[in-house]
Amino acid sequence: MGIQFNLENESKRREVLAAGHVVPELSRCVQCGICSYNCPIGIDVRRHAWLGESIDDSHCLTCGECVRRCPRGVLHFEMMELFVRGKE
Amino acid sequence: MTRYVILGTGVAGVAAASTLRTVEPSSEIVLVGEDIHGFYSRPGLAYYLNDEIPEKQLTIFTKDDWKKLRVKYVGGLATRLDPGGHQLEIGTNGHMTYDRLLLATGSNAVPLNIPGAGLQGVVKLDDLDDARRILSFTRRARTAVVVGGGIIAVELVEGLLARGLKVHYLLRGDRYWPNVLDEKESHLLEHRLAEDGVSLHFQTEAAEILGKHGKVAAIRTTKEETIRCEIVAVGIGVRPRMELAKKAGLLTDRGILTDENLQTNDEDIFAAGDVSQVYDPVSGQSLIDTLWYPAREKGRIAALNMSGRMSNYKRKVAVNILRLAGVMTTIIGAVASGVDDDLVSVARGSSESWQQLPNTIALESSTEINHLRLMIGEHTLVGAMVMGEQKLSLPIQDIIASKADITPVRHLLQPGAPLGQIMMDFWSDLKN
Repeated sequence: MGIQFNLENESKRREVLAAGHVVPELSRCVQCGICSYNCPIGIDVRRHAWLGESIDDSHCLTCGECVRRCPRGVLHFEMMELFVRGKE
Repeated sequence: MTRYVILGTGVAGVAAASTLRTVEPSSEIVLVGEDIHGFYSRPGLAYYLNDEIPEKQLTIFTKDDWKKLRVKYVGGLATRLDPGGHQLEIGTNGHMTYDRLLLATGSNAVPLNIPGAGLQGVVKLDDLDDARRILSFTRRARTAVVVGGGIIAVELVEGLLARGLKVHYLLRGDRYWPNVLDEKESHLLEHRLAEDGVSLHFQTEAAEILGKHGKVAAIRTTKEETIRCEIVAVGIGVRPRMELAKKAGLLTDRGILTDENLQTNDEDIFAAGDVSQVYDPVSGQSLIDTLWYPAREKGRIAALNMSGRMSNYKRKVAVNILRLAGVMTTIIGAVASGVDDDLVSVARGSSESWQQLPNTIALESSTEINHLRLMIGEHTLVGAMVMGEQKLSLPIQDIIASKADITPVRHLLQPGAPLGQIMMDFWSDLKN
């Protein structure tokens, strides 16, 4: 089953990417690589975690697989403050 | 040009090499290790064992990373250290001199000391070769017996289960990991293991491993029960590998003693990672951690000091997050005291600081699936155990690590109170 391009999904993906990103908690990571192994498009999430950098990759599908699969709770999705929408 | 020699290719050694390369771009860095697989995720071995990742996923650095690091790698075991002459003897590679030396030799599993412990099929999980060995045995085995405690024993149980084996787990006492978990937590995990098909044998010790043609055939317990098996997996604790330091006359206790700069009693020799027992000026104690992140951090700080940049290792609250018997579990700070009869020394993936419990009140709140225990000091939260739902795990780590004054909510923390919600609200207020 491949990943099919779908305009509605793509628009949603871009919206999520613009709003925030996956952030690693360095002190929890043991570099097991489960995150990178399960990324459907092969982003080396583990590398970002080693460097303590957020996963800012425009190809990210925002599927949440890395967050869900991490056995150590290293990754979480964080809103980028600069672009957080104000309360209406 | 200063020559830095690092013994050990684990995370402490590699973190030290990376830091040295950054602060001393033109120095000579030599990395010495006898593990032919070099640098990989040792905690990840558990996930390799239970088939969540393939072996190659354990490798962390690419060829390009090594190229950028510009370290000279020497394979072999250091057999002699002469601090006066600044010299090392490495296997058959002969002598090597150093200006500054880092001992990051890690720790080794304590072997089982019973008849039959040398038979083929008696395994441990220290390194990648051990994991490969276990996997090769599982292809021909039907039943395994696990002996030990702490995280590693359950990781062995789960790995062997995932490979389709019938698993027996022998525990010396009445419950699992009594010096970290409380009774309810132990029982929750034991219940889960039993549900997964593990046979738990309490108050039972391995008395003898019986063999046939040099291979494991069965285990005889202290209850005179004989369990037929082809594998006996041992996780009774680890010991820092400090023989070299001891013979060289460096000060040792349970590990190699260092000050807060990771410096030993020899000004040109430093220690980091599992092998180091580091002085903490806040508690006045020297403690061992066998955790990945503190090892990385110690490697970094040691490297700064080796290069003459004074930097203190500041002990942070020890945290481990793991899946125990399928239950996501976070252990933060001081959670318990006492000893675990299933372990003869510190367990891999733990911290001696978990047992440094001051005067506290323990409060807990549980459902069938989730469990939260808070260790409440006079003005701060000193430790916590979060099992199941992990939404609270990071906020509580934050509250404990920052030593936040919990006085405003202290009166609300009563038996039966919604502890999770109170702490979550407190954390939200703290952040805003």
